[in-house]
Amino acid sequence: MGLTGLFAIGLATAVSAQDYQRPSVSGIGAVAQPEQIAAWDIDVRPDGLGLPVGKGTAEEGEELFADRCAQCHGDFGEGVDRWPVLTGGHDSLTEDRPEKTVGSYWPYSSTLFDYINRAMPYGDAKTLTPDEVYALSAYILAENEIVERDQELNQDNFAQIEMPNRANFFADDRAVSEAYTERCMSNCKAEAVNIVSAAPELDVTPEE
Amino acid sequence: MTNALNRRGFLAAGAASAGALAAGSAKAANPFEPKEWGQFLGAGVDDEPYGTPSEYEAHVIRRNVPWLTADSVSSINFTPLADLEGFITPNGLHFERHHGGRAIVDPAEHRLMIHGLVDKPLVFSLDDLKRLPSISRFYFIECAANGGMEWRGAQLNGCQFTHGMVSCVQYTGVKLSTLMEMVGAKPNGKWVLAEGADAAGMNRSIPMEKIMDDCMIAWAQNGEALRPGQGYPMRLVVPGFEGNMWVKWIRRLEIGDMPWFAREETSKYTDLLEDGRARMFTWVQDCNSVITRPSPEKPWLDRKGFHMISGLAWSGRGSVKGVDISLDGGNNWIPADLEGPVMPKCLTRFNLPFDWQGQEMLIQSRAYDDTGYVQPTFAQNRAVRGVNSIYHNNSVHTWHIKPDGRVENVQLV
Repeated sequence: MGLTGLFAIGLATAVSAQDYQRPSVSGIGAVAQPEQIAAWDIDVRPDGLGLPVGKGTAEEGEELFADRCAQCHGDFGEGVDRWPVLTGGHDSLTEDRPEKTVGSYWPYSSTLFDYINRAMPYGDAKTLTPDEVYALSAYILAENEIVERDQELNQDNFAQIEMPNRANFFADDRAVSEAYTERCMSNCKAEAVNIVSAAPELDVTPEE
Repeated sequence: MTNALNRRGFLAAGAASAGALAAGSAKAANPFEPKEWGQFLGAGVDDEPYGTPSEYEAHVIRRNVPWLTADSVSSINFTPLADLEGFITPNGLHFERHHGGRAIVDPAEHRLMIHGLVDKPLVFSLDDLKRLPSISRFYFIECAANGGMEWRGAQLNGCQFTHGMVSCVQYTGVKLSTLMEMVGAKPNGKWVLAEGADAAGMNRSIPMEKIMDDCMIAWAQNGEALRPGQGYPMRLVVPGFEGNMWVKWIRRLEIGDMPWFAREETSKYTDLLEDGRARMFTWVQDCNSVITRPSPEKPWLDRKGFHMISGLAWSGRGSVKGVDISLDGGNNWIPADLEGPVMPKCLTRFNLPFDWQGQEMLIQSRAYDDTGYVQPTFAQNRAVRGVNSIYHNNSVHTWHIKPDGRVENVQLV
């Protein structure tokens, strides 16, 4: 009796290959509500889109920086141990050991706000208020002599800050500048081959 | 009890000599004597619900370079390429690079939001995504900084450290083109911001053209759920592009009309040239290769005679077309055999049998891909970039085979 019952259900729901219609994807996922988007949409662009309402000065940021940032970055952004150096390095990009800091390298001020706001302080991310992020950004920019110490930064003027190294970035051009296509197979070296460096001499490979 | 003690005693001695066994000089071993494992019963099927490698393979592990980064949290570990076969990286040996540590994410508390320039912003749970049409694809992922310690000269003596920021797995997930159709991405939405749920809030701008071409949201690798270190419960897959863009623990995709110039695409992952200018948006991982055997980890140690030279090649532009091997520091080249399968944006194994009679050699591999691009030398790369670009070092690499079979990482002129 049980078998007969199951069989009957099978027949009732059977769809032949002829009758089968491949459905399109629909009805999966929920519509994102405005408050959900607002809770997560924290990114800031160079044109200022995404900057929250708020304000701060370097003077206001100094103590906060000492409290929450200096442990890794140093009191003036000079960096502790191998943690990132945030200040100085101006005109060093063509030197043998360039110092790529917020002031010497970063092309947009918006990146500073976006990064501090999402990832700092290291180990306690996303805990700063907008005013605190403005103040910390102002302090780092002032230490790089890009803004004045008493200059208030806010949602209206932050994106207008001109970063010194802005013009020195350009889009990937490897397809043109590095279009290597020659596949030499024999007698490829005009001069004798010499070893100029060997890793064991440096002795910096981790041991077991 | 006696049996157990005997077994433990044997295993301890075995572990101590595992290194010697690997080096092929285990003089004390006699495989033809009676063995513990031939007499006593082994473990049952219930002692190890999730399997692990043999204890004799305990040396095959990821390693890191402590001096490379300020701490081990925002850092990287390396895949032990010399010990791997074929082209698949086992999940437990996949290299990891985190900017805020390895996040442990509860999938019940995780969502993927897609919003911005769309008709209908949507939020997906992991279960939602798994209901969608999925695909499985083999791709390599390589950190843009792979080989970055070698720009000024040979530095790290091991292919785990010179090339181990690359792994290759089969990803399972949903094509992003499917998701973009569902939200109705608008025509002016030329860029997509991908953002992670981790403490770094990792964010990168990706062109919509690439998103629609072959990007995926993956929830599985090599047939099982992603490991936490690879972004469990979901990650972005951006085939052929630098690993940093493959945002792990992905929680948000925002469609916009310009790039965001996030920290990881301005301060980092830009390539400083000698004249002080810097390339940005250097996404593609160019054609690259490395000989994994012999290597500093796999020397030939007085074993003259037949050897297989073996290694891995890859290209973010497409498929590996071929690999040439030089034994004389790049003066003459011999085409190697591609083992196959050869797939686009996937690791490809190459081999070349060789009869070694103890001669000193400078051994190199040079890959080329189906776009015609040929892997360059250090001299070619340095001529364009100098030595401070950090990222995208795909220069032909040299191993120095010494007369006693030891192998050293060297650079040549």
